[in-house]
Amino acid sequence: MRRVLLILREPFAEPPKAVTDEKKNMTPRTLRNWYLVHKWTSLISTIFLLMLCLTGLPLIFHEEIEHYFEPHPELKPITAQTPAINYDDVMARALAARPGEVARFVFFEKDEPIGAVQTAQTLIPPPDNGHIQPFDARTGEFFDPLPPPGGFMYIMLKLHTDMFMGLPGYLFLGFMGLLLVASLVSGAVVYTPFMRKLDFATVRTQRSNRLKWLDLHNVLGIVTLAWVLVVGLTGVINTLSIPILGLWQAGQLAEMTAPYKDQPPLKSPGSLQAALDTARKAAPDMEVSIVAFPGTQFSSQHHYAVFMRGATPVTERLLKPALVDAQTGELTDMREMPWYVKTLLLSQPLHFGDYGGMPLKIIWALLDVISIVILGSGLYLWLGRRKSSLEKRLAELDAGGLVAEGRA
Amino acid sequence: MRRGLWMIFRWPLLLAVLSLFGLVSALIGDEGYDLFSWLSLGVPLVVTAWVCWRLPRRA
Repeated sequence: MRRVLLILREPFAEPPKAVTDEKKNMTPRTLRNWYLVHKWTSLISTIFLLMLCLTGLPLIFHEEIEHYFEPHPELKPITAQTPAINYDDVMARALAARPGEVARFVFFEKDEPIGAVQTAQTLIPPPDNGHIQPFDARTGEFFDPLPPPGGFMYIMLKLHTDMFMGLPGYLFLGFMGLLLVASLVSGAVVYTPFMRKLDFATVRTQRSNRLKWLDLHNVLGIVTLAWVLVVGLTGVINTLSIPILGLWQAGQLAEMTAPYKDQPPLKSPGSLQAALDTARKAAPDMEVSIVAFPGTQFSSQHHYAVFMRGATPVTERLLKPALVDAQTGELTDMREMPWYVKTLLLSQPLHFGDYGGMPLKIIWALLDVISIVILGSGLYLWLGRRKSSLEKRLAELDAGGLVAEGRA
Repeated sequence: MRRGLWMIFRWPLLLAVLSLFGLVSALIGDEGYDLFSWLSLGVPLVVTAWVCWRLPRRA
């Protein structure tokens, strides 16, 4: 009998008969366990998931917001006289503007002829964020440097990714994501007995506020399940980006650069222009996305790692690194990334929602708002239950359908 | 009436399958693929809007 009472405290007490009907499919004990999984995984993670949903909302539109507050550099029309760009010259000018610094990366934007040079005091963080000088990728002319990171969007990003705590922060939020997955699975399981007597998308509004929100929690949760599951799981994969890149460096990257292992580190890297030419020749149907300088986290001590991207939404994410000997400018190796890096690279768009234009971003935002409602209603239901548990239990006892269950 | 698993999960299943196709579609290509993605991921939003619209409005 005690078990029956426990079950009745929990949500499918209404209508109580649903519990009796469960005998064939799920024992009350199994059901109770699934419910407890749903309750505890949700309770532990809700506050962090709410934070992630709230900070994620502006991050969906980070490009648009950043362009609004930091007006985009104007691209001048190019003329026939525009000289061909020489990247050794571009680098010389970038470094001359930053005495005492070294170059870490050169980035190229996807849809616009804009590149950027990142320099910093050291090749390897800290500091995480170097100094960024954007340039016109057709002329090599520099625009104004970006202001140092800070401000609203930076805070949103840090809260959303590592809560300013570095790797432990990433892993903690990844664990919250795993709790979300457990909560979604257990939520779908407890949805089953709940819906035995109800039509899909039933919301009973006449009886009590609590019942209305319980029905809403169920219907919103079940219709957004697949999206939340995918965004949750890809979010978890993203929290592992530091270990995944470490694995790649210690694995494939070390293997590709093994012959250079015992050579002394370079005093200064050779021609970037030569490295770019070599990489473009090695992958003529791809474009340069990022160049990692020798000694940075994404390259070896002796190579430029030129990451190439393809032209379709999938291949533009699946970067392919061409390792170019930084002294001779010759190709050392070019391989596809291992499966775990590919998984990470593909999980990024699926988490960010930035791969289907503005309508997809709006869909992402609306689904994010629905997730906030689901989290909020779950919390409300839990708080509400604690206050009214005794009356509720008595009312439900009174409703009958318990005697058979008590015997079972 | 006591509903079986099929009756309980046929709509959620359809919505989940549509969502997954929509999530993958925009990754595969642009234009038509993007459009399919918007339409299929929009279905859960339409269902949500319909549920909210049916709620009795208070004066």
